[in-house]
Amino acid sequence: MAKHTLSVLVENHAGVLSRVAGLFSRRGFNIDSLAVGVTEDPEVSRMTIVVDGDDYVVEQVSKQLNKLVDVIKIKRLDDNDSVSRELALIKVNANATTRGEILQIVEVFRANVIDISKNTLTIEITGSLDKVAALEDMLKPFGIKEIARTGMIALERGNKHLAAEDNGK
Amino acid sequence: MKISGARAIIKSLEKENVNVIFGYPGAAICPFYDALLDSSIRHILTRNEQGAAHAANGYARATGKTGVCVATSGPGATNLITGIATAYMDSIPIVAITGQVSTELIGRDVFQEADITGATAPFCKHNYLVKNAKKLPYIIKEAFHIASTGRPGPVLIDVPIDIQNTEIEFNYPETVDIRGYKPNYKGHPMQIKKAAEEISKAKAPVICAGGGIINAEASAELLELAEKCCIPVTTTLMGKGAIPSLHRLSLGMLGSHGSPVANYAVNNADLLILLGARVGDRAIAATHKIAKKAKIIHIDIDPAEIGKNIEVTIPIVGDVKNVLRDLISIVEKGNVDEWNQKIQSFKSKHTVSYEDVNEGDTVKPKYMLSLLSEMVPDNTIVTTEVGQNQIWAANHFNVSRPRSFITSGGMGTMGFGLPSAIGAKIGTPESTVITISGDGSFQMSLQELGTIKQCKIGVKVVIFNNSRLGMVREIQRTKYRGRYSQVFLENNPDFVSLFGAYGFKGERVENNSQVRAAIERMLSNDEPYLLDCVVDPEEPTL
Repeated sequence: MAKHTLSVLVENHAGVLSRVAGLFSRRGFNIDSLAVGVTEDPEVSRMTIVVDGDDYVVEQVSKQLNKLVDVIKIKRLDDNDSVSRELALIKVNANATTRGEILQIVEVFRANVIDISKNTLTIEITGSLDKVAALEDMLKPFGIKEIARTGMIALERGNKHLAAEDNGK
Repeated sequence: MKISGARAIIKSLEKENVNVIFGYPGAAICPFYDALLDSSIRHILTRNEQGAAHAANGYARATGKTGVCVATSGPGATNLITGIATAYMDSIPIVAITGQVSTELIGRDVFQEADITGATAPFCKHNYLVKNAKKLPYIIKEAFHIASTGRPGPVLIDVPIDIQNTEIEFNYPETVDIRGYKPNYKGHPMQIKKAAEEISKAKAPVICAGGGIINAEASAELLELAEKCCIPVTTTLMGKGAIPSLHRLSLGMLGSHGSPVANYAVNNADLLILLGARVGDRAIAATHKIAKKAKIIHIDIDPAEIGKNIEVTIPIVGDVKNVLRDLISIVEKGNVDEWNQKIQSFKSKHTVSYEDVNEGDTVKPKYMLSLLSEMVPDNTIVTTEVGQNQIWAANHFNVSRPRSFITSGGMGTMGFGLPSAIGAKIGTPESTVITISGDGSFQMSLQELGTIKQCKIGVKVVIFNNSRLGMVREIQRTKYRGRYSQVFLENNPDFVSLFGAYGFKGERVENNSQVRAAIERMLSNDEPYLLDCVVDPEEPTL
């Protein structure tokens, strides 16, 4: 099944996240990732939701989300007409012998080392889902201790934008 | 002048023209009940909070206004849930107000604390946990607006006790503007034009009218379209009353428990016009088959219903009353005479006969209901329980107007009939209100007889008594090879004596020959009355 990205503007209230998450589980929709943060307007948050499903599922997700009173606007983002990024922190085993090799990989990926200890390196990477997955793959042989990912966030390219205050949904 | 949050709730209800509420007090809602003493709003004390929610539902459906129910925190609030879910599934506007433990105690699992906004989120159109007393008037204004507009539904407001006790300046807003909630009332003109063209082209069109017609007060428009274009009309369970049962174009209810002619029409149509109907599985199960054969016009105020259960040729989002008006002004009658002849001949072949009236030693529910609908005054409202009694009533009690048949269609909630009848009678005291029930479902809410007694509510009760959970038993007979499991209600109480204990009259009706006189006695005054009808356990649903 294909992945679809929805950009959703919601009221920045307590409980909105649980309403949205509850709707997904209740109606049997699968979320790949969900990232939420406040926008330029402190009363509005943006959720970026990656949904796994066919066109029917994505249409239903959008319509059902739209019914939530706290949801202000929804847009399905076109992969070719939007930019998307994810941030991941990866803690990998690293000793004196492997450290150099890991640093080379980090450099190729333009990732950053943000913490170092005698036997670990913690690496920060920002990029598309593929890029993060590729780095993870390269680091696996060294032994990944843990990973934290933000989930994908995305915006439309160019002048297009999603604003809370255009005439309604 | 400052007033308490509790007083502000009452004043807000008064501003919304609420004159009756259904509820049950408790510690966390005490400030509200104290303030209620100084208001002219009538309070109906039910015997269980679930009864209050169902009564608010019955009130809303009989009157077209928003019903209000009130409960305390914890178990009071959780007892409302079945009633809220029932209203949600049937798109009925109710506002539920619950008390909550004090704000600073929320989350500590204190006495009678329950996360009711979390618990009801799946069954509410929207809900609120009030954290700032100043916002109470706005929240109540919003709640009534959301409950009653667009696709109606229940809204819950959870008010912690300290918020009820906080003093605020009371200013009731004149209007609301919710940026995330803008229902679309006007249908798209191009889509309506396309629909008109398809209707004129169709050789075998059929209309399926749902509860949306009742909610939108669009029965007159439905009839005008049907009569202008000579299109037969079937209704869903929720749509019963949208067209008079005995209208020449009426086919009765469709679906797994519906009439043969309605299903014949839907299965053989080349155009299916869905009006405020959500294509529930009990109404249309084989959606793919029908969509393959027929073009489908779907008019609904909720865009999420369009395309959810059936593939649609022409979707129109809007208030069905407005859309029908626009449609009627441009649509032309098609060539449908042959189709109507086919329908009529099928109908006459499959008409139910009640000829076995005086035979047998039990009451035949189908005969009884058909006779009852002939004998009751025009302003009668029938509510039903759930099970065989519901389907018998849906198929054999003839109605002549909308809002006269009240049943739990989507949720199928047993215990709905009696409390919803209370709400209907309170809302329309001039109506004769009769609840049709079975011996099983009646016992799920029989404590509400106490409410009827205390508040002097003249609700009539018909029990079809087979000492069984008849519909489940039927399923076990047909689908589980007659292995009956827990469907026998042995040692039922003597229901007539039970009524007598509350000071109400009633009688046991043993067979068809006693039915007419018994109905006459029941209808002779406006007091509560019971007909406990003995029914053969083998009596089929259809």
